[in-house]
Amino acid sequence: MNGLQVVFLLAALVSLFSAAMVVSARRMMHAALWLVLTLMGVAVIFVTLQSSFFAVVQVLVYVGAIAILIIFSVMLTRRVMEDHGDQILPGWRAAGLVAGLLFAIIVGFLALWQGFTTMLVELPADADNLLDLGQALVSPQGYALPFELASVLLVAALIGAITIAVDRKEDQHG
Amino acid sequence: MLGNWLYIGIFALVALMMPALTIFIAGILSPKRPDPIKNSTYECGVETVGPNWTQIKIQYYVFALVFLIFDVEAVLLFPWAVAYQLLPLYAIIEGVLFLLILVVGFLYAWRKGALEWF
Amino acid sequence: MDFLRDPFGFVIQEYTGWLGGLGLPAGWVDIIAKLTGALVLATGAMLFVVFLIWYERKLIGRIQDRFGPNRVGPWGIFQPVADMLKIFTKEYITPIGADKFAYNLAPILAVAAVLLLWSVLPLSVTVVGTDLNVGLLFLVAVGGLGEMSYILAGWGSNNKYALLGAFRLVAQLISYEVPLVLSALVPVMLAGTLSVNGIVQAQESVWFIVAAPAAALIFFIASIAEIGRSPFDLIEAESELVAGYNIEYSGLKFGMFFVAEFLHAFTVSMIFATVFLGGWQGPGAAEIPVLGFVYLMLKTFVVYFVTILFRGTLPRFRIDQMMNLNWKVLTPLSLALIMAMAIVGGLTRELPVFWQVIAFLLVNLLLLGATDQLMRLSQSRKTKSNLPMQPLRKVLTTSTKHGAGE
Repeated sequence: MNGLQVVFLLAALVSLFSAAMVVSARRMMHAALWLVLTLMGVAVIFVTLQSSFFAVVQVLVYVGAIAILIIFSVMLTRRVMEDHGDQILPGWRAAGLVAGLLFAIIVGFLALWQGFTTMLVELPADADNLLDLGQALVSPQGYALPFELASVLLVAALIGAITIAVDRKEDQHG
Repeated sequence: MLGNWLYIGIFALVALMMPALTIFIAGILSPKRPDPIKNSTYECGVETVGPNWTQIKIQYYVFALVFLIFDVEAVLLFPWAVAYQLLPLYAIIEGVLFLLILVVGFLYAWRKGALEWF
Repeated sequence: MDFLRDPFGFVIQEYTGWLGGLGLPAGWVDIIAKLTGALVLATGAMLFVVFLIWYERKLIGRIQDRFGPNRVGPWGIFQPVADMLKIFTKEYITPIGADKFAYNLAPILAVAAVLLLWSVLPLSVTVVGTDLNVGLLFLVAVGGLGEMSYILAGWGSNNKYALLGAFRLVAQLISYEVPLVLSALVPVMLAGTLSVNGIVQAQESVWFIVAAPAAALIFFIASIAEIGRSPFDLIEAESELVAGYNIEYSGLKFGMFFVAEFLHAFTVSMIFATVFLGGWQGPGAAEIPVLGFVYLMLKTFVVYFVTILFRGTLPRFRIDQMMNLNWKVLTPLSLALIMAMAIVGGLTRELPVFWQVIAFLLVNLLLLGATDQLMRLSQSRKTKSNLPMQPLRKVLTTSTKHGAGE
């Protein structure tokens, strides 16, 4: 059990625990804060995969933007300060059984997957694939079209969100 | 690369421990005389009026949304910017096209008044 | 002689050599060396704040035609020490109903986020915390992490004014992060790497402020707004919202927010000096590393001096003026800047460096001039319409007719 595995185990445990707390927290604000911890755990897992760019992007976009967006939207509701009581569904035993069954099936399939036993090629010690990523993103044989489509998707998201959030009557008030 | 992140992890722990330790030490050195009036919520020296939360404006949410879109856009542009010196001209034009599409979205947001404070 | 040329590097080498000679397994040597380095850097930064507070108070005093602290020690040098001693012994008054975890975590997170910025900044050609290959993006991301501390402070205080102040502050911070990130693309384009050390080394022939003054200006303004300093310190202004998110903090917890703000101002000046003013570059810095450190400190202090000048002389922005400046001036300018510089850089690829720099400089000045003209135009249009006061606009409502006034 070398250091990297210990770090991964810790990060995975923290992420899973925080994710469980997100859905079972009694106050919405606490749930939002547990979400932040989950996202940080995912960032640490990105680091163990030697993908520093995505670890930093995870913190920048998820924690710095999406978590704040979620906190703002939580604050927009009227009942944010209320204690909603134990978050347990009436039929939780049946749901837990189905979830456990699905989990067992997935684990069974994965155990037979040969990806677990093949040794991946180790990245060289100072691999810096950011340059390759940049070139691949805009090369026609690479991901140039998805790159441009991503910007169209972003604009669509922007227009959609603004349409929902801004009342059309606002135009009349200049 | 993992060595770099190990340093950052250690530094983050140190950076968290230092103020925590200092606050703890000051907590030991300082007097503790809790008093119900002292501990009550501050509202310019008078008794609190109304419930303890306020409804925030929708405008905060719209700002956060526009910020999110531009954040993701900038993040997608960073690999392009890193490879900029090695890219042929058409690849640079692709990046500019990416920005232009987002400028269109930005102009839409401007016209719709999403960027006003209110 | 070796020690004089590069004291930090020399000490680091001797120390790691000594640690290795102790006979511990290699992994532990690495961890202990890194731990010591982190401790020294973090402690140095925290102790340096004491000097910064004195420097700023003296300077603000002089700007306001008074002496500043001059009783405690020669030129008042020990004034911040006295203040720190006082604040250590003040009582922590926790408001009733405060969320203990969020309330206590907020000042710790605020200081930790600022300290973490120091881990990737190169102090000289041989001394750098760690040369992370995504250093610049790391700096912006950790700044975003600091914003969470303000939300925790505002919400954990169980005080609606603290909450309002915290949300306003976070709205300001996230708005100004857009031009910050966009203008940070420009030095990355010019240097071809995200690592901060790489950006410094790419400025060997010309500083980036010469090649891209518009980007430097946007980055500087956005940075000052990001640290919540005057003229963007609406949230802290005593006349508004009574000190905002830190109303309910007392004793050293308040002191920690204070320390975080001063250290952040200095760190942001250092980031600007590193990214745009060439960091430790200077005549002879590559051979004599300690000179590089001196150059960096000089440049950082010049930028810090300008920051304090802004604080002492400029009046505060109103929040709608702040948001207008960000969304209607800085963001379009930075978008146009990236596009223009990308195209110009692509067209002048074959020219020697000197002509490329001139081309970039011209594009930047053109854009700045155009922005200036547009701002004057919209200003004259506003005064021509001659409304005595803007009619109160209705708050933006959702389609479910939600929303209330403030």
